[in-house]
Amino acid sequence: MTSEPIIELTAIRKTYRSGTIEFEALRGIDTDIAEGEYVAVIGPSGSGKSTLMNILGCLDNPTEGHYLLAGEDVSQMTETQLAEVRNKRIGFVFQQFNLLASLSAWRNVELPLIYAGVPRADRRARAVRALERVGLGDRVDNRPGELSGGQQQRVAVARALVTEPAMILADEPTGNLDSRSTADVLGLLDELHASGRTIVLITHEHEVAERAQRNLVIADGEITSDVPTARAGVIV
Amino acid sequence: MNWLETVRAGAEAVRAHRMRSILTMLGIVIGIASVILTVGFGQGAQKEVKDEIDALGSNLLIVSPGSTTDSSGVRGGFGSATTLTLDDASAIGEDSVVPDAEKVAATTSTNAAVAAGETNWTTSVVGTTPSWLDVRTRTLEAGRFFTAEELAKGADVVVLGPDTASELFTGPTAANPVGQTVSIGGRQLTVIGVLDSSGASSTGTSEDDQAVVPISTAKSLTGSTDNAVSTIYVEATSADTLSAAYQEVQSLLLTRHGVAASDADFSISTQDSLVETANSTNETLTVLLTGVAAISLLVGGVGVMNIMLVSVTERIREIGLRKALGATPSVIGRQFLVEASMLGLAGGIAGVLIGVVGSWVLPSIIDQPVTLSAFATGAALATSLALGVGFGVYPASRAARLTPIDALRSE
Repeated sequence: MTSEPIIELTAIRKTYRSGTIEFEALRGIDTDIAEGEYVAVIGPSGSGKSTLMNILGCLDNPTEGHYLLAGEDVSQMTETQLAEVRNKRIGFVFQQFNLLASLSAWRNVELPLIYAGVPRADRRARAVRALERVGLGDRVDNRPGELSGGQQQRVAVARALVTEPAMILADEPTGNLDSRSTADVLGLLDELHASGRTIVLITHEHEVAERAQRNLVIADGEITSDVPTARAGVIV
Repeated sequence: MNWLETVRAGAEAVRAHRMRSILTMLGIVIGIASVILTVGFGQGAQKEVKDEIDALGSNLLIVSPGSTTDSSGVRGGFGSATTLTLDDASAIGEDSVVPDAEKVAATTSTNAAVAAGETNWTTSVVGTTPSWLDVRTRTLEAGRFFTAEELAKGADVVVLGPDTASELFTGPTAANPVGQTVSIGGRQLTVIGVLDSSGASSTGTSEDDQAVVPISTAKSLTGSTDNAVSTIYVEATSADTLSAAYQEVQSLLLTRHGVAASDADFSISTQDSLVETANSTNETLTVLLTGVAAISLLVGGVGVMNIMLVSVTERIREIGLRKALGATPSVIGRQFLVEASMLGLAGGIAGVLIGVVGSWVLPSIIDQPVTLSAFATGAALATSLALGVGFGVYPASRAARLTPIDALRSE
C-alpha cells in the first residue's frame, strides 16, 4: 500500500427520507482505497452495500461527509458535474450487463467515448482495442443477443475499460452468470488488476470476494471489518 | 456529444422501432397532407373564379338593380327590383355625363324555349344593344351582330351562342346556321350570326349557351311594356379610368333615381369586387377546412408526445445506463427532443409528398383544380417540426430528470 489513495471517504452518511420516516443507510464510512488496489465490498442485502456503491460510483450524493475521487471532492457536485466524473473516472460493470440490444458490441463499447466527445474516427479503434483486451476481438460486430452471458459481461468490462478510468466499479458482476462464466469474468478482473487497475467489487458471495486483496464488510451502514485476504500482497 | 451525433442517434432510435415510428407519424402525415390539399383546393377555386371573371371583359362595370327601400324603410335584396331602365342606360351612354364610359350595353334576360324545325332547346334569351359585343369582348364565329337599325325597329333577328347553335342545328344545316330560322314564343327569327366560344372555363355558366336578340325584340317577345333592364354593362375608356367611371355612373344614377347614396336602389360591381366576393366565400371555406386539418395536426402532435412518453418509460434502463456512462441530463433531454422532432419532420415530409401527389391525382378524379402553394408547403413543414419539438419537450424533460440509480434499478 505505497500508492496514493485514489478514493478517500471521510464520515460518509446517507439518510433516506420518506415522509416522516428517516432511514440511515450509511452511518459514517471512513476508508481509503489506493491506486491499483482490488477491493471487495461484501455485505448482505440491506446492509448499505448498494448505497455505498451508488456513492462510490457518483450516482448519488452522500448526505454528509466527503468523497475525494482522484483528489477531487465529488460529494456535493451537481448531476451534470457527476456525469462528467462518471464518464472520465469510473468504469461500471453491472449485474444485468446493461448492454443496448440494438447496438453491436463495439457500438456498445464506444458509448462512453461518445459522451466524452472523442471524435468518431478514434472511437471505433479504441472500442476494438478494448474488446481485444477482453478477448473478444473476433466479436466486435455481434449484437449482445448473439453472445453468451459471459461474453456479454466481457463486452461490459470492455466498455468499462475503454475510457481508461481511475476505478472499475463492478456491482455483482457474476450474479447472473453460471460458474464457468463466473470464473471467466473473475479471471478477467484478475488480469486487469495485474495490469494496475483499481477495482472495487461489490458482492455478497465470499468465494468471489476472496479473489480481491482486501475485503470491506458492511453491516447496518457501517464497515464492520476491513481485512486483507489470502491474496493480499500477492504480486501478480 | 454534438448535434450531429445526437441526430444520428435519433435516426437510429426512430429506425429501431420502425413500425411504431410510422404509426406515430401517421397523424402528422394526414394532418400535413390535408392542410396542403385544402389550401390547394381553396387557391385552385379562387384562381378558377378569377379566370372566369377576367373573361367577362376588362374595364367593366356591372350595374345591377336591387336594394330598394320602400316608404316603410324595408330594404329589398339584391336584384329584387327592376329599378334600372333603358333610359338609365342611354343616360350613361351620354359622353357629357359620363365621359369615362366608352360603351354601354343594357341587357334583359329571360329563359325561353327556342325551336328550329323539330328541335327544341331552352336557353337564356338575352335582349341587348349592338354595343354588347364589344362590351362583353365577344367575337363572332359566323355571320354578323345586329345593327342599331335592327334594334330601333325590333327586327326579327337572333345571334346564337355556339353551344345553342350546335344544340339546335344537328342536320345538314349544322355547318352554317346563319340564314336559318328559329322560333321563340311562336315568333320566327332569322339567325344572323353565331358567337365564338367565350373561352371561360366550363363551370355551367351560360356564356356559350344563349340567344342574343335586340332588346326591343326581347321586350315584345316577353310581352313586357316597361323598359326595365336586368343589367347594364359599362365599359370604361381604360383600366385607369375605371374608378372615375364608377363615380360618374353612381352619381348619375343616384340623381336620376332621386335617392341618397345610403338608399341606392342599384349596385355597381367591378371585376375586382366580384373576385373579392367570390374569394371571400372560398376563403371562409378554406379557413374552415384548414382549421379541421390543423386540429388533426394537433392530434398528431399529441400522438408524438404519447409515444415519446411511452418510449421514455420503455427505455428507462437505457437512459440510466447512458447517464451512468456519462450522459448529462441535457444530453439525454436533447436526444429525446431530437427524436421527437425527427418524427415530426419525417411525418411532415411524408405529408407533403402525399399532398403533392394528391394535387396531381385529385383534379382528374373530382374535377376541381388544386393549386399547390409553396408557402403552405413550407409552413406545413415548419409546423410539423415545431409539433415534434413542442410535444417532445415534456417527454424529453422527463427523461432528462430521471436519476441514474432509479433508471438503472427499474425492471
